Amino acid sequence: MTTVAEAAAARAAANAGPEPVTFAKALTTAMADAMRADDGVVVFGEDVATLGGVFRITDGLQKEFGAQRCFDTPLAESGIVGMALGMAMNGLRPVIEMQFDAFAYPAFEQIASHVAKMHNRTRGKVTLPLVIRVPYAGGIGGVEHHCDSSEAYYAHTPGLKVFTPSSVADAYRLLREAIASDDPVVFMEPKKLYWSKEAVSLETLRSEFDAGATPRAEGRAAVVRPGTDATIIAYGPAVPPALAAAEAAALEGRSVEVVDVRTIVPFDDETVCASVRKTGRAVVVAEAQGFASVASEITARVQERCFHSLAAPVRRVTGFDIPFPAPKFEHWYLPGVDRILDTLDELQWED
Amino acid sequence: MTISVSSPGGGETSLAEAVKNFGISIEDYMLPVHGQIQILSEDGTMLPEDRRGSSPGHQYPVPPDEELLAAYRRLVIGRRVNDQNSALVRQGRLAVYPSSHGQEACQVASALCLRDGDWMFPTYRDAVAVMTRGVDPVDVMTIFRGDWHGGYDPHAHQVGIQSTPLTTQLLHGVGVAHAAKLRGEDTVVLAMCGDGATSEGDFHEALNFAAVFQLPVVFFVQNNQYAISVPLAHQTAAPSLAHKAVGYGMAGERVDGNDIVALLAVLDRAVTLARAGSGPLLVEANTYRMQAHTNADDATRYRNQAEVEAWAAKDPLNRMRHYLRAAGQLTDDVEASFARDAEEVAQHLREGLSGEPEIDPQDLFRYVFTEPTPQLREQAAFLADEIARSADTAPADLAKEH
Repeated sequence: MTTVAEAAAARAAANAGPEPVTFAKALTTAMADAMRADDGVVVFGEDVATLGGVFRITDGLQKEFGAQRCFDTPLAESGIVGMALGMAMNGLRPVIEMQFDAFAYPAFEQIASHVAKMHNRTRGKVTLPLVIRVPYAGGIGGVEHHCDSSEAYYAHTPGLKVFTPSSVADAYRLLREAIASDDPVVFMEPKKLYWSKEAVSLETLRSEFDAGATPRAEGRAAVVRPGTDATIIAYGPAVPPALAAAEAAALEGRSVEVVDVRTIVPFDDETVCASVRKTGRAVVVAEAQGFASVASEITARVQERCFHSLAAPVRRVTGFDIPFPAPKFEHWYLPGVDRILDTLDELQWED
Repeated sequence: MTISVSSPGGGETSLAEAVKNFGISIEDYMLPVHGQIQILSEDGTMLPEDRRGSSPGHQYPVPPDEELLAAYRRLVIGRRVNDQNSALVRQGRLAVYPSSHGQEACQVASALCLRDGDWMFPTYRDAVAVMTRGVDPVDVMTIFRGDWHGGYDPHAHQVGIQSTPLTTQLLHGVGVAHAAKLRGEDTVVLAMCGDGATSEGDFHEALNFAAVFQLPVVFFVQNNQYAISVPLAHQTAAPSLAHKAVGYGMAGERVDGNDIVALLAVLDRAVTLARAGSGPLLVEANTYRMQAHTNADDATRYRNQAEVEAWAAKDPLNRMRHYLRAAGQLTDDVEASFARDAEEVAQHLREGLSGEPEIDPQDLFRYVFTEPTPQLREQAAFLADEIARSADTAPADLAKEH
């Protein structure tokens, strides 16, 4: 008698497909590949060099690329962002790490007043190819200041692009695209997904990216599970529970499509609205507190654009409007499968 | 692009290297002089070496007279620019102008100490410095005219946009210097701020980053005694702003900010040291904001006339004029030609800022990103349509009103 896991491993071996790769490994590989492809890419932040980052996302970069291209800075986030801006002005492509979501707040003035506005202020004369990596959101039992969902601050600031991958392949693809972008990108990494694994070939992703073989993921939401009866729109840390809810709904005979937003800015109205017009029902799932949030914006956009296709009001499943809770309360806060299923049930199926 | 692979060099090594030339201790090198470096007295006479406020390792050579004459020409132009811009505000041509009247010596010296290829990161009160650096005066003033938040291409003259949020631009200068250093270029960055700004967090972060990475940045603080209404005593309990340098492991120096001779001497040496790899330096210039913060401010509410008059006696133009006249450099003819040059710039400003600039509403959306997002394209089309419709209805509306 074999376990399910053993059976899965045996199947994978028989198919000789790619080995499982972690989300973290995909990010590290994306940075290393970008650094190999372009001498101007530099990586810096707090604890990123010798230690390889508190989440080990920059592990090995200093060893391979030297202390000039991957280095630790003094402990000052505004300094990191402001200096990165100057380096980007002077020909480099900095990729900087904010150690945790809430630790990026001291840098907010640099981000909102300069990073976001320099291109506009100079009528395009100064471009800022700059990536600000932010490990964000909860689900790891973290203490206060380590679990914030801060994406709305950035998405609300014109001039910033905001990417947030939810799959291993997208972690690689989107980070390569962010580093290649001439616009500043706030790259939001759902920290609870760092250790998630998928069987993907990083070699294939690398050669596809280098050859420009795949269409850009920026500005393109992905239908990550097709369905016909309702659409769940989610991003980042909310995608796995959305997929699990769709799986559970299928057992109850409901076909739920799941759309992963992937890049909050630029937002892909087309893919999202095409899905909702097809299914006629929509639930937006996000881990961040719901009031004045990215989920609110998505809900409003869908309502405005798909009203005549809707069989029920667009609903949201989000965090509560409270400071991110202490670890023992976290499970009540996070949008989970049951809460998503309950909300799906309320989409006026009897009408 | 290639980044040099030579070792970055530890802080202590390059500082020690810089100190060796002066034969003093690291502490004596980093601490500013007691008082301030002054070379030209307030009545315009050249002070003897032992009365310049210097101490061992803090002696500064006097720039040659022809350099001083050229600097004086810039002072005359700077003063005319300040007064012309204030007049343009009164005439409604400019929305606002934070004048550097009285601080022209700092403005001129900060531009003249730099080479081509160096960078300047100015504040909103540094328009004269930016012009002296070579940016067209009308482009410099565009930021205050109301049709653009910038006005010029920072790369064209290697000058950052005049920064409004205090000290944020110092970090940009640090980054520019860092990139240059990684590529092995000998660029020096002059990063400018005022006395009030030294209380901001980014002042600390910029100085610390520059020192830790041993970057070729000269931080130039124009201490004009007031942050709008708040005097320096409410900003800091430090013996001087230049003393802040030692805490970061860099050299600080204090200089008479109304003495262009001393400013050129001190800034030239700072830039030379930074270029040679000494790491960053901090120069505090003691000066005075002769006018209100802007036209919207009333300086009589927080300082008295006697104080202003005392500083008027230290005017940077008067004392330089007296010196150059006595030295036989500044003849009536030369003086008249400087006045003509200044008037030409003033006329250029009047003409450049007199007309209504043509503005394109689509510029609202054009530069937010390198390429507009679909949402911005939608909003651009919405506004274009709205404008087209209001143009169609405008005559009817007018008719209704009359």
